[in-house]
Amino acid sequence: MADGWIDACAADDIEEEDVLRFDHAGRTFAIYRLEGDAYFATDGLCTHEKVHLAEGFVIGTLIECPKHNGRFDVRSGEAKGAPVCINLATHPVKQEGGRIYLRIG
Amino acid sequence: MGIELRLADYALDGPGNARAVAAGLANAEWYRTPIPRKQMKDLMQRSDGPATRDTLIWIGLLVLFGGLGAYFWPTWLCVPFFLAYGVLYGSSGDSRWHECGHGTAFKTAWKNDAVYQIACFMMMRNPTVWRWSHARHHTDTIIVGRDPEIIAPRPPSLGKIALAFVGVLDVPQSLGAMLRYATGKLTVAEQDFIPVGEQPKVFAVARIWVAIYAATLLACVLTRSILPLMLVGLPRLYGAWHHILTGLTQHIGLAEDVLDHRLNCRTVYMNPASRFVYWNMNYHVEHHMFPMVPYHALPKLHEAMKADCPAPYPSFWAAYREIVPTLLRQVRDPNYFVRRELPPGAGRLPEPVVAHMQAAE
Repeated sequence: MADGWIDACAADDIEEEDVLRFDHAGRTFAIYRLEGDAYFATDGLCTHEKVHLAEGFVIGTLIECPKHNGRFDVRSGEAKGAPVCINLATHPVKQEGGRIYLRIG
Repeated sequence: MGIELRLADYALDGPGNARAVAAGLANAEWYRTPIPRKQMKDLMQRSDGPATRDTLIWIGLLVLFGGLGAYFWPTWLCVPFFLAYGVLYGSSGDSRWHECGHGTAFKTAWKNDAVYQIACFMMMRNPTVWRWSHARHHTDTIIVGRDPEIIAPRPPSLGKIALAFVGVLDVPQSLGAMLRYATGKLTVAEQDFIPVGEQPKVFAVARIWVAIYAATLLACVLTRSILPLMLVGLPRLYGAWHHILTGLTQHIGLAEDVLDHRLNCRTVYMNPASRFVYWNMNYHVEHHMFPMVPYHALPKLHEAMKADCPAPYPSFWAAYREIVPTLLRQVRDPNYFVRRELPPGAGRLPEPVVAHMQAAE
């Protein structure tokens, strides 16, 4: 798609308050659908020990890593305390025609 | 390999660490039982209800038994009350520390943090050091040279294990560590797994604890009685036995250096009282494979995955009928361990991973 937007998935592929793994060009991302159909995207691996966040648990606006329970705010990527100390990279997301598009920085 | 060389492998700053990294055993991909996402989301749901109820009961019983123990002090009538108080302090503290450290016991973060700090104090485990130590235990469970929480390196020291039931070795070590942290010092191993930015928290909490213990000792001097220490500090010794009894069932005698929690953890059915004290950590395969499932949902998780796991142990007795002979044999033969049998049809690690593990073994 133009302007660097990448077609990632259908909007309905992700349940509300859930997360989906999306792999593209050798990288892995996590796309979140929060309450109220708000979509966000981050890098897919936890900054602590490279575990796939898409296997974790969405709690409100947080994603909890499935391995060590470290938490990030998916809107800003902010690490919310031990054992995660390094913020997660976030990526712009838009919803158009029932599809979710991701722009990778 | 000589015994001393073998034991040296367990040190995080020893040769076993590099060997585990080279063998692909560090921070590796572990086997996970496939569970549908929707079911797993239900199991991961957080709630304040069960942990709030259990914590109110726990604190209520601590106050009741501690109060009655103090009331009947120093007559023999105080003994049963202090026995119960000790277990609630020196053993329940272990499971509360553990579950709240994962952040899964309560839905509300500050409740997890508050109980975590209290339980860490009871268990004399610095909250920051142990948060990071336990993270490593989950990353590299029973990987030699990587896991700081292997409590019976092979060959096992039976004397040390026996003394752990009354805390006489680990409590002096913990107090020594507390004093060391209070002076701002970490060991090389601790520096390996605690990020620099987290280290000031270690020192700050240690200084607060030193002040609390100093106040308790002062109270003993002023009252000319050890009663204050019977309530604060000593229960970590005389009440430790239950958390050792349950804790030894977790991994002892099972395989090292495998990337499958079904082979290095035990799930043991236990009586309701022990499960309350232990906060359901008897479902240990389940906890390690899916640490984001709260303790109160582990029985349901067990049902969901038991067809993919070795048979659970039906009782403490059954677990210890395996553990004791295994420990005795490992004293003579450190290479011996219990091989858990997966049921027919159970999922397996990919063949290249199994071959790699066998080569490392």
